[in-house]
Order: sequence, then C-alpha cells, then structure tokens
Amino acid sequence: MTVPKGTAQTNAPEDPPKSDREWFLLGARAAISIPALILTAAFVGFAGLARETGLTLAETLLMTGFIWALPSIVVLTGALSSGMGLIPAAIAVALASVRLMPMTMALMPMVKIPGRTKNWHLLVASHFVAVTAWVFAMRNLPDLPREARLPFFTGFGASVTTFVFCMTGIAYLIVERMPDVVAGALVLLTPVYFLCSLWGAARLNVDKAAMVVGLALGPVFFLYLPGLDLLWTGLIGGTVAYLGMRVLRGGLS
Amino acid sequence: MTDGLLYETWWWPYVMILVAGWLATDVWRWIGVFASGRLREDSELLIWVRCVATALVAGLISKLILFPQGILGDTPMWLRIAATCAGFAAFFLSRQKVIVGVLAAEAFLIGGWMLLDVL
Repeated sequence: MTVPKGTAQTNAPEDPPKSDREWFLLGARAAISIPALILTAAFVGFAGLARETGLTLAETLLMTGFIWALPSIVVLTGALSSGMGLIPAAIAVALASVRLMPMTMALMPMVKIPGRTKNWHLLVASHFVAVTAWVFAMRNLPDLPREARLPFFTGFGASVTTFVFCMTGIAYLIVERMPDVVAGALVLLTPVYFLCSLWGAARLNVDKAAMVVGLALGPVFFLYLPGLDLLWTGLIGGTVAYLGMRVLRGGLS
Repeated sequence: MTDGLLYETWWWPYVMILVAGWLATDVWRWIGVFASGRLREDSELLIWVRCVATALVAGLISKLILFPQGILGDTPMWLRIAATCAGFAAFFLSRQKVIVGVLAAEAFLIGGWMLLDVL
C-alpha cells in the first residue's frame, strides 16, 4: 500500500515523465498487498465451493476470469447447481452485480482525461472494477498524476486478476487431496468473507438494514419458494429495507 | 424443469457462464463507464438498487451457511452458525478487519468439527 505514495514522490517535477508501460508495471507491483491476499483467500474458498458443488475446473476458471465479481460468481454457482434457467439466472446475477455500476461511475472521472482517453481503454479497465481494486483505487489514485491513473489501475487490476485466477485453479486441484475438514472449511470461507466485507462496505444504515433483512429472508424463501428464492430475497428484502428506512427518515411523504 | 435436460449438454454451462455470468455482470461496468457524469451516485433509485443487491447477497450468505452443499453439509447446523457468529464478533472486535473475522470463523469451525469427530 505504500508503493503509490512512493511513486507519487519520485514523480517530483525533476523526474522525467513515466510512460504508460511504466505506470502499468508500478500498478502491478502495488498489487502485492494485504487486500489482494484476502481476495485470493476468498477465491480459494470459492474453488472449494465450486468443487463441492460439482463444477469442472474449466467452468470454475472461466467464471473467475470473465465475471470477476465474487458475489455474482457465487450466485451463478448456485444457479448452475440448481438447474436454474438462463433468464432467471441472468437476472439474479445482474441484481447481485448492479453495485458495480455506481462504483464504475465513481471511478471514471478519476481516471479519464476528457478528450484524450479512448473509450475502449475505459471499457477494458472497467472489467477490473470489483470491491478490492475499487477501494484501492479510490484511496490511492488521487495521489498520482492524472495521466498515470488509468495505466496504474489497469496494471493493478490485471495482476490481481491473473494471480487470483492461477491460485483459484491451483486450489481447485489441491482441494481433492485435502482432508474433509479442510475442504469443508473452505466452503464456509465464502459466506463469512461476504458477511464481513459486505458489512464493512455498507455506507449507509439502509445498506445494513437491507443486509439484516436479506439474511433473515434468504432461508425462508429458499424453503418456501425454491428456485427463484434469491430474486425474491433481493427484491422484497431490499425494498422492505429501503421503504422501512425511508419511513424512519420521515421522507416518504 | 426442462432446464434439467438442457443441462445435460456439455456446452450449456458455458452458455450460462457467458450470458448469465459475464454479460450480466460486465454490462453494469460498461453502463457505469458511459453513465458516469450523467447520473447522480446518491440518487434514491441507486440507493434502492443497492438495497436489493445487498439483500440478495445477504440471502445467499445465510443460504450458504444454513444449507451448504457437499462435505460442509455433514456438520451440525449449530456449529456452522456458531462459527459464523464467532467470526463476525472477531471482525467487530478487531475494528472491522475482514481477515480476522474469516480466520476466527475458520478456527472455530475446524476446532469444533475435530472435537465432534473425537467425541
């Protein structure tokens, strides 16, 4: 986490400006960090979950690389294992990943140089928007010169993704040889990781209310409306929490 | 459901992953790229949308803990709930460090599991 601060210092006026490639590599180096390790552990947990659910190695890795947002990945894992249809699964995944839109929106003004940055560069970089890289970017990018931010962020995102991708594959292959206790413990890692990180990421009380309602409704809908239970939990739980907090705020009138 | 039959073909999971996974996720990132500067981040609509997303993932959390698949399902439910509570408590006591919460829950689960195996 100290790397960007250091690079900001070495970029004092007397230094020659760095190329995009150098910023990319500096971003990749900054990826060696505690949050990236926690994320790796979370994906190792997913590898255990995928194995217990019956996904193949290819499916597990394809999901890791293409989706790159753990909640969506775990929602899709559940959909695949329960034989959910394409459309309901897509809706559930889209609802789980809709938070990526405001996150990307908040990041873009920081990395964009109006009139110069190409849109497809932004679209490629946006694939790396997920909680870990986003929190890192919001905290560290403002210290960097504007032209450095996009290559630095892309370097960070690409190296975290590559590393996590490889570790997920390795973990998938190793889980089989692990004792049952370890394999089972890996499966519990995912929900506990979500529980803590979701609570930590909640900015408003209404987010926390939605979380509590969702925790309570999830099993109820799973037992009484299996199949589309996640959709109902999200729509009903989220709306109840939103309206409830709005009434408390006194702003419904 | 007919989906059960579709699932028999080898390519179906890949269609699911690309359409219901990749497309359904990345489309938000792409919209975010183009909507940036045009939509307020703290609008009521987005607060509601975030609530729905949070509740959905929270529902998934409790489902994974209460009704897990595979080997974890062999453990008693109270042990999984207790381990999760221990992890969440440790998360709070450590001033919201995710890594502490995860490690505490895992230690509790593995400890309890091995103890039950011995008894």
